[in-house]
This record gives sequence, C-alpha cells and structure tokens, in this order.
Amino acid sequence: MFKRLADASAAGAAVTLTVDGKPVSAREGDTVAAALLAAGIDHCRTTPVSGAPRAPYCLMGVCFECLVTIDGVGSRQGCLIPVRTGMKVETQLGKREAGR
Amino acid sequence: MTAASDLAASYDLVVVGGGPAGLAAAALAARAGLSTVLFDENPGVGGQIYRGITTTPVTDRAILGEEYWAGAELAADARASGALIVNGAVVWSLDPQKLVGVSIAGKTRLIEARRVIIATGSQERPFPIPGWTLPGVMTAGAAQTALKAQGLVVSGRTVLAGSGPLLWLLAAQTLRAGGRIEAILDTTPWRNWLQALFHLPDFALSPYFSKGMSLLREVKAKVPVHRVDGIEALGKDRLQEVAFTSGGRERRLPADLLLLHQGVVPNVNLANAAGVAHSWNERQLCFVPVLDEAFGSSVPGIAVAGDGAGIAGGTAAAERGRIAAIAAVRALRPEATVPDPQAIRQKLQREEMGRAFLDLLNRPAESFRQPVGETLACRCEEVTAKQVRDMARIGCEGPNQMKAFLRCGMGPCQGRLCGLTVTELIAAERKRTPEEVGYYRLRPPVKPITLAELASLPISEAERKAVER
Amino acid sequence: MAASAVHSDYDVAVVGGGLVGVATAWGLAREGCRVVVLDEGDRAVRASRGNFALVWVQSKGLGLAPYAGWTIRSSSAWRGFSDLLKQETGLDVCFQRPGGFHLALSEKELEARAAILQRLHNQPGIVDYQTEILDHAQVAKMLPDIGPEVVGASYCALDGHVNSLRLFRTLHVAIADRGVTYLPSHRVETITREGGEFRLATPHGEIRAGKVALAAGNANMRLAPMVGLEAPMRPERGQIVVTERLRPFLNYPVVTLRQTDEGTVMIGDSKEESVDPSGLTLGVSATEVERAVRQFPLLANVNVVRTWSAIRVMTQDGFPIYDESESHPGAFTVCCHSGVTLAANHALTVAPMIARGALDKSLVAPFSARRFHVQKAG
Repeated sequence: MFKRLADASAAGAAVTLTVDGKPVSAREGDTVAAALLAAGIDHCRTTPVSGAPRAPYCLMGVCFECLVTIDGVGSRQGCLIPVRTGMKVETQLGKREAGR
Repeated sequence: MTAASDLAASYDLVVVGGGPAGLAAAALAARAGLSTVLFDENPGVGGQIYRGITTTPVTDRAILGEEYWAGAELAADARASGALIVNGAVVWSLDPQKLVGVSIAGKTRLIEARRVIIATGSQERPFPIPGWTLPGVMTAGAAQTALKAQGLVVSGRTVLAGSGPLLWLLAAQTLRAGGRIEAILDTTPWRNWLQALFHLPDFALSPYFSKGMSLLREVKAKVPVHRVDGIEALGKDRLQEVAFTSGGRERRLPADLLLLHQGVVPNVNLANAAGVAHSWNERQLCFVPVLDEAFGSSVPGIAVAGDGAGIAGGTAAAERGRIAAIAAVRALRPEATVPDPQAIRQKLQREEMGRAFLDLLNRPAESFRQPVGETLACRCEEVTAKQVRDMARIGCEGPNQMKAFLRCGMGPCQGRLCGLTVTELIAAERKRTPEEVGYYRLRPPVKPITLAELASLPISEAERKAVER
Repeated sequence: MAASAVHSDYDVAVVGGGLVGVATAWGLAREGCRVVVLDEGDRAVRASRGNFALVWVQSKGLGLAPYAGWTIRSSSAWRGFSDLLKQETGLDVCFQRPGGFHLALSEKELEARAAILQRLHNQPGIVDYQTEILDHAQVAKMLPDIGPEVVGASYCALDGHVNSLRLFRTLHVAIADRGVTYLPSHRVETITREGGEFRLATPHGEIRAGKVALAAGNANMRLAPMVGLEAPMRPERGQIVVTERLRPFLNYPVVTLRQTDEGTVMIGDSKEESVDPSGLTLGVSATEVERAVRQFPLLANVNVVRTWSAIRVMTQDGFPIYDESESHPGAFTVCCHSGVTLAANHALTVAPMIARGALDKSLVAPFSARRFHVQKAG
C-alpha cells in the first residue's frame, strides 16, 4: 500500500521493532502506525465490539483506529508514538486485558 | 525533551496545538513578554498542513510544493521567540477557569493559565460509505501525512474519492513523488457549481485561483476522473474493490487503497469540553465556535484560532493566531509592543477572499453525509445509520439522548468521526436543523489518560470527603 | 405549532420520560391504558443517563424499614421483568444478580459498614435478608483481583446490576411498540383539573388526560403542588469515570465499581451539593479513581475514555414517594432515587395501581409524603 521515497530511505537511521513477535524494519522518525503501513501489515487490531479487523485511518490522532499494544501497555495510539529499536508492538485483538 | 515535572505551575498563555495558528500565536505572545507554553501531541510541530516540517525526510521540494515549506519559517520563529514548545504533550482537559490538564509520557500535570488559545485545527469530515471501516480505506490526509512525515508514497492500486482542494493537492503530490493513482472519483455535486459561480469573481482574484487551476490540469493529465453519485468499499476483512455509480452506470475497480476526503471541519472536542458555545455554520456544514473579533470565545480568556475557528486554510490560520495572541497580550501586558493588528486583518481578509467560492463548490453531497442502512455511522461502537434513524423516528431528538440509547459517541474517538453524521441524521429524520438538534456535550478527558494518571492529581479535602463518606 | 392547539384525550399522562416514567408508562400500556409520556428535550438533566445501573438491595431501609421489603420485591421481580422486555423487543438488558460487594479499604471503613448493617437489621419490622461481613481472604475467593489494601467487604447475594442505558432504550422501544405517545420537548408548565380531566400546558399546546402520574424526578417538587401533593427533593450531584472496554475480569458488582456487559468499567461515586450537571471537578474523579486502583490494582494502566456527572433524583430522606391526591383525584406521584432497582415494581406493581385508580396502601403507605409532616411534628 505504501513504499518509501528514494531520498526518504536514505534519511534517518534504521530501526528494528517487533510486531507480534516478528521483526519489522522502520526508519527513525516513523510513527508506529506509519511503520506498520510501510511494512504492509494489513490490520493493527480487531474491535472490542465485534472483532472486525481495523487499520489506521486518519494518521492524525483523531480516529483511534491505530490502537496497538506497545511494550505491554495497551490501547496506545500508534500514529502519535515514534518507533524505537527494540520496541514490542502487538496487534490488539478485541477487548484489552486489564493489567497488561 | 520537556518532562511534565519541568513545567511551571502557571503560564500567562497556554497554546494548545502546534500548527500554523498555534506557532504564530506563541511566537507573538512570547516576544511581547508573556510566559508562553505551546503543547502539541505529535512528535514535531506543524499541525497537519506543515506536518513533519522540521523532520521530513522528503528533500525534493517540488514534491510537496512551496506552500508546505513556508511552514519552516513559522516553526523556526516560534522556537526563536522564547516560547516553551513541548511535543508529545496531550492536553486532555480544559475547564472554564482555564485549568489545563496535560499529559507527557504518562505523567500528568494541571497547569494554570491566565489565557488559553485553542489551536487544535481541523480534521477531515467523516465520510461514511459502505465499507469505510475496512483496512485499506484511509483519508487523503493520512496519505499526505505519511508522505510529509515519513516520505511514504502510495503503491499498489490506489483510488482517490471525494471533493475539495486537499484531494487534488494530494493527487498532485503523489504523482510528483512517483506514485500511481488508478482513478479519482469526484463527488462534487453539479449543483454546487451554480451556487459557487456567484462568488467566482472573488475567487478569481484570490491566490487560490491560479494555484488551483494548474493543480487540476496537472492531475487530470495523468489520472482518469469520474463524477460519481455513490461509492462502496468492498472486500472481506480488507479492501479489495471500489464500486461506484457514475452517470447511472455501476462500475468496479480492483483496489488496494481507497483514500477518502470531503473537506475538513473544525476539531471541536477540547473547546466543547471547556464549555465554549458552538453554532451550526450552514455554508461549511459543521459546528464552529461562537467567537468575537479577536477570536475570543464565550468562555472568558479562552480563544479559538486557526481552522478550529472555522475553515479558512493554513495562511489564514497564522494570521488568526496572531490576532488572538495580540488580544491576550493587550489583556495581560498592555504596555507591550505588538504588531499592528490592522495590517494583520488586511492579510487575513485577502486570505479569506475566495473562501466563499471554495466553500460552496465543495459542500459535500447529502448522500455522503447522511448514510443509510448498514453503513456505520459510529465506527468505534459500530452503530449503523439505520439504528440511528430508527431511534430518531421513535422520538429520540438529539445526539445526547441518542448516545445514551445506542452508545454512538461513547467510544475512544468521542464523536470525532460520528458527531456530525449523528446530528445530521437526527435532523433529517425529525425535520429539524442541525442547530436545533445540537451536538454531543463533551467532557474531559478529551484524550484518554490512564487511571493511574488521573489518580495522581491533587485532591482537596472537600473533594475527598465527597467520595469517602 | 400553535400554542393554543389542543390534543386528544388519553387515559394517563405520564410526566417525565426517564426510567421511572417509561417503566410506569409501559406498565400502564400493558393494562390497556391509552398513555402519553411528556418529556423534556435532548439536553434535559436525566438521572436515567447518569446512574450506576445497580439493582441493589444491600443496606436499603435504614430509617424506613419497609423500604427493604419494597426493594427486595422489585429485585425478585426483576428477572421476570427483563424476560418480558426481551420477549417484546428482542433486546436483552443483561440483568444479572450474582450478589454484590461494598469494599472497605481500612478497618475503620469495615467497622463503620458493619455498624450500619447492624442498625439496619435491628429495626423493628425489617424483612430478614442476609448481608455478611467478609474478610480479605473471603472476598478474594470471589474477587481474585482485589488489592492488598482491601480489608474486607459486606456482601449480599441479592445484589445485582443491569445495562441501564439499554434498559432505557428498551423501554422507549417497548412503549413505542405498544402505541404509547411519546412527546419530547414538551416540558409541562402547569397542570390543572377541569371537567373531570387533567389539563397539562406545554410549549406545544395542551394535553388532556383522565389521570396524571408525575414521574419527573427532581422536577416533581415543582409539579406536585399543582395537583395537591408534595414532593420535597434534595438533588445532589455525582460523578462517574468510565474506562475503555476490557476483557471480563469482574463477575460481581461492587457498589462503586462495576464491569458492564460491554466490558467497560464504571467507577464512582461521589455525593456533592453542587447541582450544576455539566460541572466536573477533577479532584473528585481523582479520588474515585485512586480508590478504584487500590481496590483493583490491575486497573492502573487502563484508559479513561469518558467521565460524566449527573444529578441524582433524591427525595428529602432518600426514600421513595408514592402518593395519590385527595384534592385532585387521579393524580399520582411516582418518585424515587433508585429508578433502576425499582423499575420492576414501577412497571408491574405501581402501574396497575394507577390503572385501577388507587394506590394499594398495604404496599406503599409508608412512602406517602405525609411522612415528612409526621417527622416535623415529632
């Protein structure tokens, strides 16, 4: 769905994070949501109402579709959080578990 | 990076939002000697129009266009002015006493402000079509953000749909960046041209005209454009096809990405929760805050500047921010020197010329604002248009009652993506105006905060007694 | 609409479209009455939109023993009530009665709680039902996620909860299905009795009905004297914090914390004199949440998605007011704090009384507003 511009690939250090345990390459300056899109990951969560798959929609903090679990803390807006090497991102399936 | 504990207990001026209005306001106020802090939730300033302006990996200036790069000056000026600019700062609460609740990296503070300028700008209007919640459907603004902030351009089969200048700008930027667009589905109703023509002379004199015309030519040369009356996003678990009706015929296009846009509307949540009065603007088809000449709202000491005051674009936003800041300076430090507001108002007037034409031309069609059937009105709580219409028919007169009955507006987005739809559906079913129907009544937190953060706030003896009794 | 328009006759006009009003209206419709419900508009102050959704028995009746029996009657009828609503509308209000807790975060709190329950159960004429005092270990067996600061709790097996917003919606759907006329934005300004019928003046014209039932919450204080009755009210504000949806972890309602069938957690509660329904003081929310996190530490990192405040419908002494007028025969007041708990009674017991034209004194005599005068004299 998205690919990196040539000059953008050169800019910014490479960052490796894991998404559901699998390594994903990103660039410094990416938000988590952008990194997921760039990696071609289809959906970042399933809804707590019906379990329907959802993916980032607005990329500006308004739609709350990009909710993912980051480093064990759930319901983080992926489009507002810059990636970091070693970050553990997890798809949020349905309702969040309290205490995680 | 400023931490929550680094913040002072109070500031003369708190500016919420680091887009053009916020940056211009903060710079002016700081230079006039007000202790000024600007909070923005993103990793960098620029808002939407100048997103990523200080960090963008896009080096080819032609891709994004010169207008974008004008934001760099605004950002630099704000930094140099002495205003404290805090990124990653989420303002989740504002009350009529101008107490600001802000959260930075999971730590929350309550900051007193003598004046507040809400510059949280605009968001894209909801575009409720069947299938709009499928992965693979996004807003045009999202694609633009991805391009500006991360240097990501669309790949695969991409369809753009909707109306408004931003759609065409994104198309042009995408093509310049080497992206491919299969088609643009133009939803501008024919009738709009008739209404807008009256204002064409103004528009022809405004800076928009020639820029707009050349953009259109640039895009139409490379991308097929269809005038459409209906759009559906189809697919199982993700977008696979876009169906549309054009000239009475139904057609389908296989697609990986559908980008929707039908204009922008003010982001009202913080102002609404602070008690700022809003009213319906029939020309722009949205709620806007009720403001005086200096963008002061119905709550003393709280102003709303930028697109949040009514859609007028990025350059106008900066001028509005300056006018609001001048009012704050005059109130708190009347002896300070400020730029001449007259000159600023003249600039603002020039920017706003031509707005009427654009507004009327780009009024989205009713069918794309008032969905029917199983199309979701509320994405968060998965409430359908039919459910809302049925409830309105049996007597539910307003969005707050509707929220109680169906949970629309109770999800994390707090009505940002359903508020206008729900109000318009109730108005349509009950034959009332949106002004009569009203909007959700919002309260803090306007952005989520954790229980632990809320628990960490200072508690007075009286407040504790009200609970532990 | 012309202000002088006159509307056709109804058997009963119910004033107030909240839970008490619509439960009563539904019950009346089941009895075959032609009913109109007069309600305010979207911005009306509505306890029906701001309550804790408890169907609660524990500690009710301290100061008026018959209230305990009245409450238990409704609690026992609730299952049948919700089944009837489900049959009619297809909507499930998710009533559950697993028993409920009142948690104590200190020995002092636990002792105070035990003392209240002791006084309650010592009252002459009190109906016998069990509320136990449990220690931490006993509570933890049923609420495994409680934090170490929970010293103990009082537990009553008759306590439960329901999805009260869905109940509100279900009753509105049910009355629409039964042909009840629902008139929003019809605030009742005056009520007079002429020619054997009641005339209610609203901004959109006059409504005429054979009987009138005042179920307007705190506004009953203004309306009751118009029909020769009284309803002394003492409204108070409460604030609630609501979290995002979570996987089920809490199987029992706690009086200030419950997990809804949708997964959200509601946290309360406060008692404030201010009656500004749109006001919110962060310190109150913070106190509620601080206690909640001490009770259930696993909630610390969960997000607050919204908060709200509401004005409680509260009579002078906290107990219901049910009255029929002597000077204006056919006028009734139906007024209480616990519109959710008592919904079954209002629908299945009080409504038939109103339909028949007389309150059953053996059941509701203690709740007449005349009791306020007796207390004053004493």
